[in-house]
Amino acid sequence: MTMLVLCDHDRGALADASLEALTFGRDLAARSGVACEAVLIGSGADAAAAPLAAYGAEVVHLAAHDVLTDFGPEAWGETLTQLVASTGASIVTACGTDRGNEVLAHVAARLDEPFVANCRQVDPSGDAWPVTRVQWGGSLLEDATLTAGCRILSLAHHAVEAAPAPTPAAGTVVAFSPDLDSALARTVVTDRVVLTRGITLSTAPVVVGGGRGVGSAEAFAPLEELAGELGGVVGCSRAVTNNGWRPHSDQVGQTGTRIAPQVYIASGISGAIQHWVGAMASKHILAINTDREANIVTRADWAVIGDLHQVIPAITDEIRRRRG
Amino acid sequence: MRILVCVKRVPAPGARINVTADGQAIDTAHLGFTTSPHEECAVEEAVQIAEAHGGEVTVLTLGPADAEEQLRYAASVGAHNLVLVPIEDVDWDPQRTAAALAAAISGIEAAEGAFDLLLFGNESADAGGFQVGVRVAHALGRPVVNGIKGIDVGAGSVSARREIDGGFEVYEVPTPAVLGVREGINLPRYPTMKGRLASKKAEVVVVGQSAEAGGQDRVRLHRPVEQVSETVILGEGPDAAAAVVDVLEELGVLA
Ligand SMILES: Cc1cc2nc3c(=O)[nH]c(=O)nc-3n(C[C@H](O)[C@H](O)[C@H](O)COP(=O)(O)OP(=O)(O)OC[C@H]3O[C@@H](n4cnc5c(N)ncnc54)[C@H](O)[C@@H]3O)c2cc1C
Ligand SMILES: Nc1ncnc2c1ncn2[C@@H]1O[C@H](COP(=O)(O)O)[C@@H](O)[C@H]1O
Repeated sequence: MTMLVLCDHDRGALADASLEALTFGRDLAARSGVACEAVLIGSGADAAAAPLAAYGAEVVHLAAHDVLTDFGPEAWGETLTQLVASTGASIVTACGTDRGNEVLAHVAARLDEPFVANCRQVDPSGDAWPVTRVQWGGSLLEDATLTAGCRILSLAHHAVEAAPAPTPAAGTVVAFSPDLDSALARTVVTDRVVLTRGITLSTAPVVVGGGRGVGSAEAFAPLEELAGELGGVVGCSRAVTNNGWRPHSDQVGQTGTRIAPQVYIASGISGAIQHWVGAMASKHILAINTDREANIVTRADWAVIGDLHQVIPAITDEIRRRRG
Repeated sequence: MRILVCVKRVPAPGARINVTADGQAIDTAHLGFTTSPHEECAVEEAVQIAEAHGGEVTVLTLGPADAEEQLRYAASVGAHNLVLVPIEDVDWDPQRTAAALAAAISGIEAAEGAFDLLLFGNESADAGGFQVGVRVAHALGRPVVNGIKGIDVGAGSVSARREIDGGFEVYEVPTPAVLGVREGINLPRYPTMKGRLASKKAEVVVVGQSAEAGGQDRVRLHRPVEQVSETVILGEGPDAAAAVVDVLEELGVLA
């Protein structure tokens, strides 16, 4: 019996999330008494195979075909589905990234099996496996059971830390040639545009966040200045993007970006759960708010109670004064 | 272009999500309802495409009778036709939802002609199953791509953009096609007074559907354990600046 772990890569560069999936997968495979086997799809995939043995892959299936040039959700889903048939796999998993969830949804649709997205825990016992999965982008958990011929589930991103197996597995590379209709090329990447950016919201060491309390697009200038002093970037709430004050790429939260800075300075933001879920991985949070009872204030490490329009410039001035 | 958008009614929780005593649902006693931002953007995108290229926008939801509120909201921002697949108050699992939506869409298409484009949210705001759009597309035999943040309509195809780390990918997809849309693709308009009035009179077509339960079965919902931290109040107003900078210095972010 076999478990297949879809490992994602970008033109041969292995995605870190794949190692999380393998770390989780090899443990689940051991507990359910099946072999843990990795799957790599597409051109350049062979370059990503080397580390997989150390993370517990007994076998690495390398799928190649003319249609499998760049990422294509349909072609990848069909390939994985055919591999399930040829290996008789009883479990299929991947990390719950955009691609991981999308490809597994395709496999599930093709096999007419359930697909449980973003699991944190899976208990492979009995016919109906107890699972715990993420809802509301992480604000809520759902205990459910999974009953299926082939069990398809993704692991919530960052739910486990990637770690090499205590003893490396064989990692035997096996080529796989799927039978793909050329029509599947209708959903493959036809072009790729690379934008060079400096520090991004998701990687910035400091984020200065502004919410409805900032009041206008222009009033973000002092936040930009403070962020500049701290080598950080400006983020915002959905109230701000909805008002057209900032682009959506600045939005922190469930339908925006997840941030994890050393410090998040959240000003004029109430801290609704959908915002919080994008900010809660911050190492430290400093809230600036006129309302002492605001949710962000009660969840922050530090808070200043007051008008952000006065507090933020005062902080910038104080930094400049100390720097001389 | 004939475009259909699938939206879902969800509660709009504030500071935390409370669960009912039986753990089966979110306690909505004091909550309003909304549609996911992804789906709001999908409706806006559909309306913009119809405005630019001509055509009609149909909005479909599977939910309680009250989901009419979300359909009418869509009408107030420009959708033309509203369809409700009524279910009792509990959420259906993703397989069951997708089967019922696919059947409802087939029914509409048999009567009124095929849609060129089916739009979904990238994921539903509450359940976040990441699959209903893909399942519907598969059932109808149409191409589908998720995570879309840009759509250009061509002749017989659409070009769809999706964000990746440090850039974006482009897909060229023949129509009829299915796309899962992300917030940020556009800035949804607010309803005008005229739109609001018109939406009150709009007809909601009710289509009954049955579908079998899938293999994912809810046991209970619960909140993740939260670390409670004491908040240190550094002061009030601009006078707190020195204390703030002390903290920033300590954290080593001033270097
Ligand atoms: C499915 C779904 C997904 C969502 N996704 C996101 C998301 O990704 N990101 C997101 O942010 N939101 C998201 N939301 C919206 C979220 O629920 C809130 O509506 C939003 O976060 C509120 O933004 P806010 O805190 O800026 O505004 P408000 O809630 O209005 O808060 C404004 C705050 O500013 C304070 N304030 C006012 N004036 C001042 C001043 N002069 N100085 C200091 N403080 C002041 C007030 O005391 C208040 O606390 C989502 C909602 C739903 C339903
Ligand atoms: N009950 C429903 N009614 C209409 N559309 C839905 C429903 N559930 C899910 N969808 C659509 O399918 C998308 C993906 O949902 P999900 O698979 O639950 O993440 C959502 O963004 C909606 O566009």
